[in-house]
Amino acid sequence: MELNQIINPANRVYARPALLDDNTMHYCPGCSHGVVHKIIAEIIEEMGLQENTIGVAPVGCAVFAYNYIDVDWVEAAHGRAPALASAIQRLNPEKLVFTYQGDGDLAAIGTAETIHAANRGENIAIIFINNAIYGMTGGQMAPTTLEGQKTATTPYGRRVDLNGYPLNISNLLAQLDGTHYVTRQAVHTAATVRKAKSAIKKAFQNALAGKGTSVVEVVGTCSSGWKMTPDASNKWMEQHMFEKYPLGDLKDAGEIIPKSK
Amino acid sequence: MNEDIRLMKGNEAIAHAAVRYGVDGYFGYPITPQSEVLETLEALMPWETTGMVVLQAESEISSINMVYGGAATGKAVMTSSSSPGVSLMQEGISYLAASELPALIVNVMRGGPGLGTIHPSQSDYFQATKGGGHGDYHLIVLAPSSVQEMADFVGLGFDLAFKYRTPAMILADGVVGQMMEKVVLPEQRQRRTAEEIRTQCPWALTGKTADRKRNVVTSLELDSAIMEKNNERFQRTYKEIEANEVRYQGYHLDDAEYLIVAFGSMARICLKAVEEARKAGVKIGLLRPITLWPFPYEAICKASENAKGILVAELNAGQMIEDVRLAVHDNVPVEHFGRMGGIVPNPAEVLGAFTDKFGVKFNDQTN
Amino acid sequence: MAKIHGAVVIDEERCKGCDLCVVACPTNVLLLKDKEVNDRGYHYAYMAQAEACIGCAACATVCPDACIEVYRVVEK
Repeated sequence: MELNQIINPANRVYARPALLDDNTMHYCPGCSHGVVHKIIAEIIEEMGLQENTIGVAPVGCAVFAYNYIDVDWVEAAHGRAPALASAIQRLNPEKLVFTYQGDGDLAAIGTAETIHAANRGENIAIIFINNAIYGMTGGQMAPTTLEGQKTATTPYGRRVDLNGYPLNISNLLAQLDGTHYVTRQAVHTAATVRKAKSAIKKAFQNALAGKGTSVVEVVGTCSSGWKMTPDASNKWMEQHMFEKYPLGDLKDAGEIIPKSK
Repeated sequence: MNEDIRLMKGNEAIAHAAVRYGVDGYFGYPITPQSEVLETLEALMPWETTGMVVLQAESEISSINMVYGGAATGKAVMTSSSSPGVSLMQEGISYLAASELPALIVNVMRGGPGLGTIHPSQSDYFQATKGGGHGDYHLIVLAPSSVQEMADFVGLGFDLAFKYRTPAMILADGVVGQMMEKVVLPEQRQRRTAEEIRTQCPWALTGKTADRKRNVVTSLELDSAIMEKNNERFQRTYKEIEANEVRYQGYHLDDAEYLIVAFGSMARICLKAVEEARKAGVKIGLLRPITLWPFPYEAICKASENAKGILVAELNAGQMIEDVRLAVHDNVPVEHFGRMGGIVPNPAEVLGAFTDKFGVKFNDQTN
Repeated sequence: MAKIHGAVVIDEERCKGCDLCVVACPTNVLLLKDKEVNDRGYHYAYMAQAEACIGCAACATVCPDACIEVYRVVEK
């Protein structure tokens, strides 16, 4: 069969989501943010929620998330997204309100806002991108940076005696009575992308249904910060990140999932 | 007349006035001497009547960012705190100003610096009127000197904030917050409907519909040329506010040989001092700025034309005096009288300052 | 047995040459251009073995820049 017979609108099985703006993303090649943006745009489109969604963008690489997904957005101060989202949702209870935050934003400077929004059981979805590094400022140590991991501020590797331990914030959030759904996903393969998409969709459905806070952590890469190619970053992530941050549901329907091991 | 007259604290009046104005949301964190604002709102349960949201946040940082989020959706939202808490809010206030969002912030000032004291002070004048946070911005700053004004300035503050799309602040102090007085509460208004917000606030996050581009509320702009234009727009707004919104009250300005400039609770004390001085044969007038920003420079300049001296009385080490000096261009001697650390002076001390600074003699009425 | 024909259309100007689609493709259809670059200077992806494509969309699914459209025909 000739290519021009195949490439025909009737045969199209995958296309750029309509809610993803035409702007070329500012992210580095291979960045996980792009994939997560794409699946969020797909979900909002599939759920017919464009008119009913308010996104809260963080400070960090995803500060410009509002340039890409075609819904109303507010750009929060560093770490404060869950506070904004709490008020937005309470004042506009019919809206889907979600935050999009990186590890520095959510688990360092915004720890208090994150934990208290989740503990109040705010009816919001928190999308948390954990790539274990500060990407935007040039690859400094994040709260989630692994022990031994080299960053601009841990040039000889993270030492717990100097820098403390990597913070597993999703496990902490799962312990809170206000969270309904806490899950850890990845987006480095087609299969994991599909799972992550289901997880984010579920988080959005939970928020709209008023079930409390849902948190979807996406373990991602930062090839520029990690100083590896995108493919090598994915492999490094599988080898090192998943040990500290294993994929899977931590809590569902308000129940903590026991460790499978 | 069916005036709704009550006896209450200034802080309570803020809370009642907020519900009556149709405020959509209050977000706050307890701190003395203003905790009655949140306490009163929780007791009033306005979510059962007007639908107003009231939430005790985990910190002042969170409170102001809740205000930021709520304001972005076009809602009338407010917070209140006292000096150390307002320091924590400065980042969020800067974001509100930069994102051109209306909101109301109440600061019931206490003495500082640091944790300072829970007693009254006016030592956040610089912080309130000169920006407070980072960047070139101003807040509209209203200084109430009575419980009635605490109630009235909630509505005025929101009206101005929405008119100019900029945050407004009620800069009260522990005296006005804690004292009880008669107050006439405003009539109950309805909160704005979603449709009214859509039409009155086309910039608000109301959900992206097919008839408009998506709305984005952000203070970020990396293109320096655009960022400068944004700043120029902010400054034009400030010029407009300076031209239209200066408010002050004058007492015995017509024949004043000496002038007192004082705001808030200090102005009440000074009014008594003016009356005492006049009984003792000295014609003192009082000018009370109601808007601390925009500041009544011209009014003070005019009121001081025939004055031999101006006493700026404040519960601080001398802050508003800088603006008064700018107003009179060194044409009139300007002196300061202030108490700090939570001390509230009496009228006799104010008159004593006239004797100390200007050599004014008062007829002794005690004999 | 049904035969599956697939094809992808890559927005070459949007592609950043990250190589993730190349890695994700189960039938080794895609490669990055060796010499040619787009306006941004990236070696963009292309179908090097078009006939092997099964239209599974793995490449498009992992593409961070959403620059791949996928087409699929099942010939019975």
